[in-house]
Amino acid sequence: MLEIKNLHARIAEDGTEIIRGLNLTVKAGEVAAIMGPNGSGKSTLSYILSGREDYEVTEGDILYNGESILELDASERAAKGIFLAFQYPVEIPGVATMQFLKVAMNEQRKYRGEDELTTPEFMRRVKEAAAELKIAPEMLRRPLNVGFSGGEKKRAEILQMSLLQPKLCVLDETDSGLDIDALKIVADGVNALRSPDRAVVVITHYQRLLDYIVPDSVHVLYKGQVIKSGDKTLAHELEANGYADIIEAAA
Amino acid sequence: MNMQQAIKMTAAETALVDAYTNQIGDLPGDGSVLSVRDTLVHELRTAGLPTRRVESWHYTDLRTLLRAVPAADPTAFADRVDALVPGSTVFSVRNGQVDLKGNLPEGVTVRSYVDSLLDGSATAGLAVLGFDDAIGRINGGLVRGGLEIAVAAETALEDPLEIQLVQSLGQAHTRFPVTFGANTKATVIERHLSTKDAESFVSSVSDVTLGEGADVIWIILQQQGSADTHLGQMRFDLGKNAKLHLFVINAGGKLVRQEIHGKTSGEGADFKLRGINLLGGESHTDVTFTLGHNVPHTTSTEIIRNVVFDRAKGVFQGKILVAKDAQKTDAKMACNTLLLSDDADLSAKPELEIFADDVQCGHGATVADIDHTQLFYLMARGVPENKARAMLVNAFVAEIVEELEDHEALVEALEEVISAWLDKHA
Repeated sequence: MLEIKNLHARIAEDGTEIIRGLNLTVKAGEVAAIMGPNGSGKSTLSYILSGREDYEVTEGDILYNGESILELDASERAAKGIFLAFQYPVEIPGVATMQFLKVAMNEQRKYRGEDELTTPEFMRRVKEAAAELKIAPEMLRRPLNVGFSGGEKKRAEILQMSLLQPKLCVLDETDSGLDIDALKIVADGVNALRSPDRAVVVITHYQRLLDYIVPDSVHVLYKGQVIKSGDKTLAHELEANGYADIIEAAA
Repeated sequence: MNMQQAIKMTAAETALVDAYTNQIGDLPGDGSVLSVRDTLVHELRTAGLPTRRVESWHYTDLRTLLRAVPAADPTAFADRVDALVPGSTVFSVRNGQVDLKGNLPEGVTVRSYVDSLLDGSATAGLAVLGFDDAIGRINGGLVRGGLEIAVAAETALEDPLEIQLVQSLGQAHTRFPVTFGANTKATVIERHLSTKDAESFVSSVSDVTLGEGADVIWIILQQQGSADTHLGQMRFDLGKNAKLHLFVINAGGKLVRQEIHGKTSGEGADFKLRGINLLGGESHTDVTFTLGHNVPHTTSTEIIRNVVFDRAKGVFQGKILVAKDAQKTDAKMACNTLLLSDDADLSAKPELEIFADDVQCGHGATVADIDHTQLFYLMARGVPENKARAMLVNAFVAEIVEELEDHEALVEALEEVISAWLDKHA
């Protein structure tokens, strides 16, 4: 489903190279964890996958279902089924959460040539998904992410994910700032979306989240490259020994 | 400046003076009113329209910007339009002509302003606010219509009063002295519209007095045509514990200056100014505001949001004066702008003049493009760039309208005005 080939990318503004020859393949149905120390390029990778314009790809390619997505903007990638759950969901005062959800769902449907949702159908879906994630209706009446606690923001991200039903889900440090109860709710939400035709990329600094979202593969990112891949035991190894050994072995 | 030396009049100055001369004998007023009119037009003739050398007109050089003034056309016809908010009491003013028909809610009385000109009771109100009060001068010289509205003490009006000024072409000069008695509660919508693309020139002065404990929302919604000149002025005086929540929304016009000049006269008075300027094309729009905190314990906040497209130019001048005795004044002013094209322009000039020593006053101004992180967030959810931008621009001004949340129909109507404008210009 996702194939990243020899990817090189830099910050558009100052030319700093962050991703330096990254290779990664994630199959449909797979949950891949990307781990790595601070500054290894994890978040940058998530932004590049979702089409943030602050980064430039200078070499290599990103294939999604066999097609390069480098020429697509963020909204087109989203409509094709790529979803980024933000590490820091953005507050947008003046945009009502419900209005935003409706526009996002319907714009994606329009792009794919599907009919827009009727209001009752939209309401039904939101109600159901919100209940699953224990999101109070009051929260949905506020402007988008405004005044949400850290945990509420992360749950709102997963709510969006479950409503938009993407094919490739990228979770950027979704565990940061969550207490254990919130972490479980969020992990349940992600696990509910696991399916043979959907891939999930979990970017995380700590192994903790992976106790709840058990990955099929684990990849260690360092200085913009995948320096080691393995199964879930690699995450435990990292938790016990830290990154130093692997970094040294790769050097 | 040597006032004796005659200036060479511009086409617009000539047209304004001619408009007066041609109507002598026809403009309503008793001896005292006519003598004030004479003085005002004489000042206009000798001093001319203000230029950038006059401090309060520095960013709006009226003498240069006002190229021409269309002649008044007494035969012009304009239709009335539906009220902005259903159920409102509408005072229809078409091409400057007041329509006094219709039922009034209990506690509201009206009188034609022409009667006040004829019996001389309007004389004092015709005085200009200062040498730089060009709007007061033009309007005072040429005014020939308007309404005096009085809301009796203890009246709580459920539905808005709409002063609906529809202009099709030519000139109109109107005035609206409005008094709210003690403990009144009311919403007034002062709405300026045009029905044709033809050029028009409009001046309008509202002179508003709030008695003790009065609680008033006043909306100035200016949606004139893209060739029109709009010179508006609002004067207000707030009594003890009075609350005025003034919204100014500019979404039209070619050359617009809306002045707001107010003072707090009673302790506990509270004033809020909320402004939305939607500017596009080649328009020039100026909102100039002065507020005198004249007594202790009064509060004010001013928030202006400007959205500037194309080659439009916006101006916001806000001056808060705190008198020596006005201790415990609390005043905050903010002017935030989204500049959405390289040729768009906005000048903001916030000023504080504080003569008291125990006050809290502040002001701030920001100018920005659309927030890229917000834009990316919306796009990452599948919202196409154009639509995402429109949502963010809308959000920037919608926050202001949301403050009226207790008035659902009004919020809905204003949101409609804003989104219709953005659909056309964004």
